[in-house]
Amino acid sequence: MGSLLLRVMLRDLALAWRQRADVLSTLIFYVMVVSLFPLGIGPEPATLRVIAPGVLWVAALLAAMLSLSRLFAADHADGTLEQLLLSPHPLTLLVLAKITAHWIASGLPLVLMAPLLGVQLGMQAADIGVMALSLALGTPVLSLIGAVGAALTVGLRGAAVLASLLVIPLCIPVLIFGAGAVDADAGAAAYFSLLGALLVLALAGAPLAAAAALRIALD
Amino acid sequence: MSAQTKPVNQAPRERAGAIWLRYAAPLAFDPLAARMIPWFFAAAVLFGIAGLYIGFFVAPTDAQQNEVYRVIFIHVPAAWMSMLIYLVMAMWAAIGLIFNTRLSSMMASALAPTGAMFTFVALWTGALWGKPTWGTWWVWDARLTSELILLFLYIGFIALQAAIEDPRRADRAGALLAIVGVVNIPIIYFSVRWWNTLHQGASVSLTSAPKMAATMLTGMLVMTLACWMYSIGAALWRLRSIMAEREGISVVEAD
Amino acid sequence: MPTDPLLTAHELECRRGRRRLFRNLAFGLGAGQMLQVSGRNGSGKSTLLRSLCGLTRPEHGEVNWRGVPIRANRDAFNAELMYLGHAGALKDDLSAHENLLAALDVAGRACSAEAAARVLDELGLAACAALPAKLLSQGQRRRVALARLWLSRDTPLWVLDEPFVALDADASAALRRLLAAHLENAGILVLTTHQEINVAPERTQHLRLDV
Repeated sequence: MGSLLLRVMLRDLALAWRQRADVLSTLIFYVMVVSLFPLGIGPEPATLRVIAPGVLWVAALLAAMLSLSRLFAADHADGTLEQLLLSPHPLTLLVLAKITAHWIASGLPLVLMAPLLGVQLGMQAADIGVMALSLALGTPVLSLIGAVGAALTVGLRGAAVLASLLVIPLCIPVLIFGAGAVDADAGAAAYFSLLGALLVLALAGAPLAAAAALRIALD
Repeated sequence: MSAQTKPVNQAPRERAGAIWLRYAAPLAFDPLAARMIPWFFAAAVLFGIAGLYIGFFVAPTDAQQNEVYRVIFIHVPAAWMSMLIYLVMAMWAAIGLIFNTRLSSMMASALAPTGAMFTFVALWTGALWGKPTWGTWWVWDARLTSELILLFLYIGFIALQAAIEDPRRADRAGALLAIVGVVNIPIIYFSVRWWNTLHQGASVSLTSAPKMAATMLTGMLVMTLACWMYSIGAALWRLRSIMAEREGISVVEAD
Repeated sequence: MPTDPLLTAHELECRRGRRRLFRNLAFGLGAGQMLQVSGRNGSGKSTLLRSLCGLTRPEHGEVNWRGVPIRANRDAFNAELMYLGHAGALKDDLSAHENLLAALDVAGRACSAEAAARVLDELGLAACAALPAKLLSQGQRRRVALARLWLSRDTPLWVLDEPFVALDADASAALRRLLAAHLENAGILVLTTHQEINVAPERTQHLRLDV
């Protein structure tokens, strides 16, 4: 069954590649939002350096929310989501495979782009490293929690915004620990353990909750 | 391979707790609820008068914070209720989801607006307390920030149920969201406390309440009872209107 | 010779919103039997099929497979079920061939790429097997969606929602032959249709939903 999950994930990635305009637009959104902050607050380097971790994290959170509609909506519309629910394989694992593909296509580009944006905001090199690592640990959690919101709202009018409303409060701990890690200097290890713990919890609970939500949604 | 067949007219699984289940059918519960509501509201009014009397006349004036601090007699009970109601709401929603009972899910939906209201009251009274005391309308201390996030969770629950037309799907989706919320609340609270202690510069805290004289504690407990009675009354009222909307209108036959 | 019914429904009631679609619906299907569900648009045919698959929870009543409620052991039931709904369950950006392999993969049926290509060939889709599904015509998409049936012959229960829609005469005939063969093979068939399809009428039960 492991190879089936791998094939499901690769298929979703192939689809993401064939629709890469959609995927790129999330990344461009991220870059634009980050650029808004200096424009809105002022280009003073000292200020930017202070707000940079928070800005990069908040923008990543928003971009992740924006990308949630890619997770289940298309499958629901063309009937493939139903077939997933009728699979003899555990839905929880199929959902996990989809979430993984979603993160690789939507979350990982943010992690890779963030260092460049960090430079743009005048962050120090060491801080950039910590921040990238925090995003690498945190964006999967955002995808996992986001999947629950996306699953609950699949097929509804205004699903994208509603899913974000439901998910954002639940993502606040990730934001706090992720952005906090950068300012922590020597204490960053504690933050990474907390982020790691959140990731483990999310991996254990979110696919199950999302699978249950899908069954409820397609009832 | 022989197929074991069960008899076609199979009775539903027997459930324990027959007495509770007698009232589990919405139609049976409605008259009971109608009788209970006035009692709860009456109790709420009585406790409320007693609590406010204690809070505003009996409890001593605080040396540091003058009369303004008396708003905690509303702020703290409201905050406690906002958290309690979320737990109770999640419990009813979970029962409705697991046992597939309609009344439990309707109770959860009935509780949500009351819980959101108390959260809102807690936030506003927090602001009213903060302004004269600390000079600002809002402080990002751990408790107020957690209350704000709790308000978001309530709003999310209400918005999700409002967006789904099919009542059974709305019940189940809301239940799942409430359960996910309950699991997350300790994590959220912990992370907000952590965040607050980090940024010490801004830590003006409403948790540094005046030392609790016995009368103050009594006042708050009485007010909490008042809010509790009110909550039950309001939830039962809302429950009756939900029942009327869903069950009272007779099911339309497809022609 | 009476066979024990494998798929049974009793006291089945479904609603859509507040509208009751049907109530007290019951039937039993044994190996080699077909249930043909008819009724006007909106009479609940699709909802009935979805509740037989376990996608929709009925308001009341139970569906049993091999004597066990279908919700009791979902994975085992799903392993013996092949469902085709209105929507073709095709990904627009995958080719016909990739779609077929994906569908069978998710449904847990092993299938080689060659076998899939052969079936697409038989259905007259050899030329467009490598084209993305969004470039195919309605009829071609239908045939790609149905192709998985040719590769699921050992799946006992087939539940098909309007399978003959958008098929031309040749494809219809091929599907008819396949359905008859499935019944010969002790398979079970539940389908909705607007027309009389005349596949093994002696094995067919009829259910009309808008009386």
